[in-house]
Amino acid sequence: MKIFRISGGIHPKGNKELSAEKAIEPVPMPSVLRIPLQQHIGAPAVPIVAKGDVVKKGQLLAIARGAVSAPVHAPTSGRIVAIGRFVAPHASGLPGATITMRPDRRDEWGERLPALDPATAEPSALAERVGSCGIVGMGGATFPSAVKLNLRSRHALHTLVINAAECEPYLTCDDRLMRERTDDVFDGIRIMAKALGVAKVLIAIEGNKPEALAALTGAARATGDKSVAVVKVPTRYPMGSEKHLVQTLTGLETPARALTADIGIVVHNVATAYAVYKAVRLGEPLISRIVTVSGKAMVRTGNFEVLIGTPIHHLISHCGGHVEEPARLLLGGPMMGQPISSTRASIVKGSNGVLALAESEVPSGKTMPCIRCTACVVACPCGLAPFDMAQRIRNDELDGAVKIGLLDCLSCGSCAWVCPSHVPLVQYFNYAKGKLTAEQRAKHKQEETKRLSQFRDMRMDKLKKAKQEAMAKMMAEREAKKKAELAEAADEAKVTE
Amino acid sequence: MSMATPLGGPFTHSGASISRTMTLVMAALLPATIFGLYQFGWPAIFLFLVTVVSAVLAEFLALRMAGKPVMPFISDGSAMLTGWLIAMSLPPWAPWWVGVLGSFIAILLAKHPFDGIGQNLFNPAMVARTVLLISFPVEMTRFVAPMPLGSADAPGFISALEITFGLGSHFDAMSSASFLGSVKTQLGQAERLPDILASGYHPFALAFGTVSGSTGETSALFLLAGGLFLLATRIISWHIPIAMIITMVALSGIFHFIDPNHFLGPVMELSSGTFIFATFFIATDYVTAPSTPLGKLIFGAGVAALTFLIRTFAAYPEGVAFSILLMNATVPIIDHTIRPRIYGRTRKGVPIQHKPK
Repeated sequence: MKIFRISGGIHPKGNKELSAEKAIEPVPMPSVLRIPLQQHIGAPAVPIVAKGDVVKKGQLLAIARGAVSAPVHAPTSGRIVAIGRFVAPHASGLPGATITMRPDRRDEWGERLPALDPATAEPSALAERVGSCGIVGMGGATFPSAVKLNLRSRHALHTLVINAAECEPYLTCDDRLMRERTDDVFDGIRIMAKALGVAKVLIAIEGNKPEALAALTGAARATGDKSVAVVKVPTRYPMGSEKHLVQTLTGLETPARALTADIGIVVHNVATAYAVYKAVRLGEPLISRIVTVSGKAMVRTGNFEVLIGTPIHHLISHCGGHVEEPARLLLGGPMMGQPISSTRASIVKGSNGVLALAESEVPSGKTMPCIRCTACVVACPCGLAPFDMAQRIRNDELDGAVKIGLLDCLSCGSCAWVCPSHVPLVQYFNYAKGKLTAEQRAKHKQEETKRLSQFRDMRMDKLKKAKQEAMAKMMAEREAKKKAELAEAADEAKVTE
Repeated sequence: MSMATPLGGPFTHSGASISRTMTLVMAALLPATIFGLYQFGWPAIFLFLVTVVSAVLAEFLALRMAGKPVMPFISDGSAMLTGWLIAMSLPPWAPWWVGVLGSFIAILLAKHPFDGIGQNLFNPAMVARTVLLISFPVEMTRFVAPMPLGSADAPGFISALEITFGLGSHFDAMSSASFLGSVKTQLGQAERLPDILASGYHPFALAFGTVSGSTGETSALFLLAGGLFLLATRIISWHIPIAMIITMVALSGIFHFIDPNHFLGPVMELSSGTFIFATFFIATDYVTAPSTPLGKLIFGAGVAALTFLIRTFAAYPEGVAFSILLMNATVPIIDHTIRPRIYGRTRKGVPIQHKPK
């Protein structure tokens, strides 16, 4: 298949050899599971259990709220011991609403949803199942998958792209999943294609995963399904960026401020496809995921099937702890991952890696002034001038930064990776984006207040007018009555005369 | 702005650094430098050392005056490279104070008043060369014919000290004009080009560099080799060099074709003077060049066109330094006008439209 070139991008050292040959292993049951209610983009889930409840594996713990949200299920059987705020797996270290449960170690399933036959089920029923099983984008973006499977109603879709690029260094969880559970993954992909009603499926895998490529190519051949093509894409970061992947595969550039669905293409992560398989074929909600544990500060690296809610420290100690004090502890890959503020935080639906990087693995360069070498301009996959945006942000010219494309930035980190001056470019951009959002929110609030007060004024005016009108009417009536009375009296007088 | 947010990604890095870049540029300069120092002997070596050391000294003084941390900046290699580039562009037997003055002008006048590395509008080495040329036209145009180290005419260590640090009393006897200088003079005397060139100028000598000229710019071939090394290591991009070379070849080609008696051909223009040196080592200076590929093409074409115009029609035999400074001044405009195309948008910045299928 023809591959299209994207501009920009970088070739960071993969470091995948640290874990790529380690088969997926289960992890012993932790003594406690802490399940955040916000494991997805959108509104947090609303708990429907109470402290002290005994729950079964797969039982619904919290329901989705609003159009973009996802429910949360019990990863095992046990007792709910707390519902409250607990440190979230987020760089800020701020607490989030969390259900804490103590496993009873019997791992008993509750009532499972009946299996659906994708051949006969309605596309909308498939999407609904995916939604009710709490499936979100497992590449890290955690967008509720059912919403994306329902795009058919508003967009003319023709292609499903499966994002199996896994372009972040170190991460191998998707690679292992494709190699070890090939048929199930492939089945999940075909179910998604059915739900979307697309005629074509492209499975994109970076060239550095030859076994996964061979496995899925074999699966496609075995089913004889001509509508599915497995495509080897160049090993180049950020190949896993949705729009760039679509362009590599189809040559189509998604317009700014638009979705790939606007050009007829929906992108789903390959691990999401596996979760879809489980939801549809087995009626199992999303209660575990594959996580890569890696980095040279880890005693043992590998790929693990981890229950959602497992404390990070449990996973680390299962891997033998650290060789040395890690210079960086990350959730996700080294390009876009987040520092772990507390290992008491949990593995959630979007956690694809836990990395303990040794001193030798992390950049040590001191930040120097920008020398305008434009390496960042060359590396940027979005056609931006990162050094210029950073300069404007430094000068507090947020509008200027927006004008030259700040909001088109993916925060992929390619610019900072190449910067010889070690300028923390992504931090500048994230700071500015955050500030803009806050300003926008404040502006929105201000406008809302203004609107409400105007509304109140209007209402008062109306009330006053109505009162006046009523008064006038009353006066007029009284006048008329008086007149009538007078007339009557006159009439009577006439009569009596 | 404050950076109070927790340290963000990426948590891996390419390993690039300013000092690595500077080191690679100096490595690329090495063949031409060694050749130049060999050709012009001990006085050139002394001048080179004086210029480089004084550039680093000037940087130290500037950093102290500005209250900036000295170590990280002085060890980035940028001041050393500036001194090196100035030494390359000086007449090899110029007295020591010319080198010192050049370095001080570059660092204290062209670099630090703009707030140091990355901020200067004009290329420091070219500012130094231009100021020196205008202020000390005699010292800056007194060239010597090559006398390789160890050859019979070459000055020894002691007499070289006298040349560089003394009063230069026995200098005049050996002075000679540069190629472009003598061509300009002779053309001015209404001679025809073929006759001038027949009197002993060979394209090969010009390209290899066995002619009189500044220390580091006579050997077009060694400079080209260094330039290709910089392209191969991706320290520089091809845009500026290609634009410069094509423009120079096109302009000089046209004029030479029309009147070969008065206009040097492309080969002569490229291989003489400081053109190749400037193409790979000066015009490509990050700080003072445009930031987009298209901008770089415009910049390179502008430098070459101005160089050709000055060399051909103005009073000065060489025009590269002036051209670069003039084009440096246009960089903010070029960068303001020519921006990279943002993904999903047209060059004008509006979202692209897909034709409905």
